[in-house]
Amino acid sequence: MSKPKFAMYWSASCGGCEIAVLNTHEKILDVDANFDVVFWPVAMDAKYKDVQAMEDKSILLTLFNGAIRNDENEHIARLLRRKSQLLVAFGACATEGGIPALANLSDKQSIFDTAFNTISTENPNHILPQTRWTMPEGEITIPEMYPVVKTLEQVVPVDYYMPGCPPESHQIAAVIDLVIQVLQGKAELPPKGAVIGAGASTVCEECQRARNEKKITQFVRIQDIKPDPTLCLLEQGVLCNGPATRGGCGAACPTASMPCVGCYGATDGAMDQGARLLSAVASVIDARDPKQVEQILDGIPDPAGMFYRFGMSGSLLRASKDAWKG
Amino acid sequence: MPDKFEPLIIGFTCNWCSYRAADMAGLGRMKYPPNLRLIRLMCSGRLDPTFVLKAFADGADGVLISGCHPGDCHYLEQNYKTQSRYLLLTRLLASFGIEPQRIKLIWASAAEGAYFAEQATQIVEQVRALGPLNWHTRRTLAKAQSEQLSQGLEEVPA
Repeated sequence: MSKPKFAMYWSASCGGCEIAVLNTHEKILDVDANFDVVFWPVAMDAKYKDVQAMEDKSILLTLFNGAIRNDENEHIARLLRRKSQLLVAFGACATEGGIPALANLSDKQSIFDTAFNTISTENPNHILPQTRWTMPEGEITIPEMYPVVKTLEQVVPVDYYMPGCPPESHQIAAVIDLVIQVLQGKAELPPKGAVIGAGASTVCEECQRARNEKKITQFVRIQDIKPDPTLCLLEQGVLCNGPATRGGCGAACPTASMPCVGCYGATDGAMDQGARLLSAVASVIDARDPKQVEQILDGIPDPAGMFYRFGMSGSLLRASKDAWKG
Repeated sequence: MPDKFEPLIIGFTCNWCSYRAADMAGLGRMKYPPNLRLIRLMCSGRLDPTFVLKAFADGADGVLISGCHPGDCHYLEQNYKTQSRYLLLTRLLASFGIEPQRIKLIWASAAEGAYFAEQATQIVEQVRALGPLNWHTRRTLAKAQSEQLSQGLEEVPA
């Protein structure tokens, strides 16, 4: 009997998700033992046309990481949706937009200008990317960049969500184990639409630091202080996204004295991670005079980037006014 | 199309002071524009910033938040938390491109019906001057644009 087929693809992402999968160490051998890896551009050579030639639904499991930034991303998302039985939005970019979605705060023109027309770029003729260009050999094309970055779910239906930037390797290993057990008839799949490989509550739940009543009169950056290794970072004035971020990572960052950046996204039942974070952070400010509050708030230079570092595409407002205008 | 833009303002009032202020404005037949839709919360501290974002995402042009005067909160000091959240929220909305004038926080006691009516009039006029926020239209527009783009999708050469 032939083995079930496995695929993994990256779109707009950094490649960290792929590394996290390889970081499962010998568990990766289980993938090879139980699956036939048919498409995984980072790890092996394969062509899009090979995938196109496959029968619909012939791939059992596809881990799709990265946000939808251009029409190539969307094309492959649609293609893999058609060919896969289980499509998993893998990692923060695919589930919530991730770091690439911070570009939604700008419009396409200013992104191009920053990338191609600033003083650090040698581009005397101010040439910007063209989607089509005629060469002596024929016309060449590059993907068209979309005005906004979208999540995978905003383009195709998704079966499961696996958050994290990247998902923790032990969580990936657990998910691989589960799928293998399902194949052997020893376990059942979670209901469609479930978040897998993560907890249901917050990072604070898993954090071992001591928590008292939080009262903050100044926000500080982690590099400017020597943090107390046993006390809650937020209590020390460091902006930590733990209170409104889904757990499952084992509070890896706060344990290493780095504030949680919020990569596991919103918790169960929360509609907008950024709004919940904002609520939690503002509530610990120990000031009653609006002027004093404003002064303390000056310690948060970029609230949008802070509270929506990984969730801009999936958030309620999704993007800035300018980005939506195209 | 109406000649004059009629803004939609969602108002969040607390049960103890500002909702009663609005009530008093009504009882006293004080006039203020009908653009304000009130939602009563037990306390202004109950106002999750999500409510405000959802209001904007679903078509509101402005949001009015009102609570008891500082020191008068029925739940001791929740309105101070509302104040901090409001100040941070306006900063966040500004970086999203939503003008701070579209959101307003006022303190109104149960006796301040006239003040409530005056503030309601003020935010309606303020938002009217800014024009529609049209977030939902923008979202539909962006969706239509990207659908148009995806219809033009071609097979990507391998």
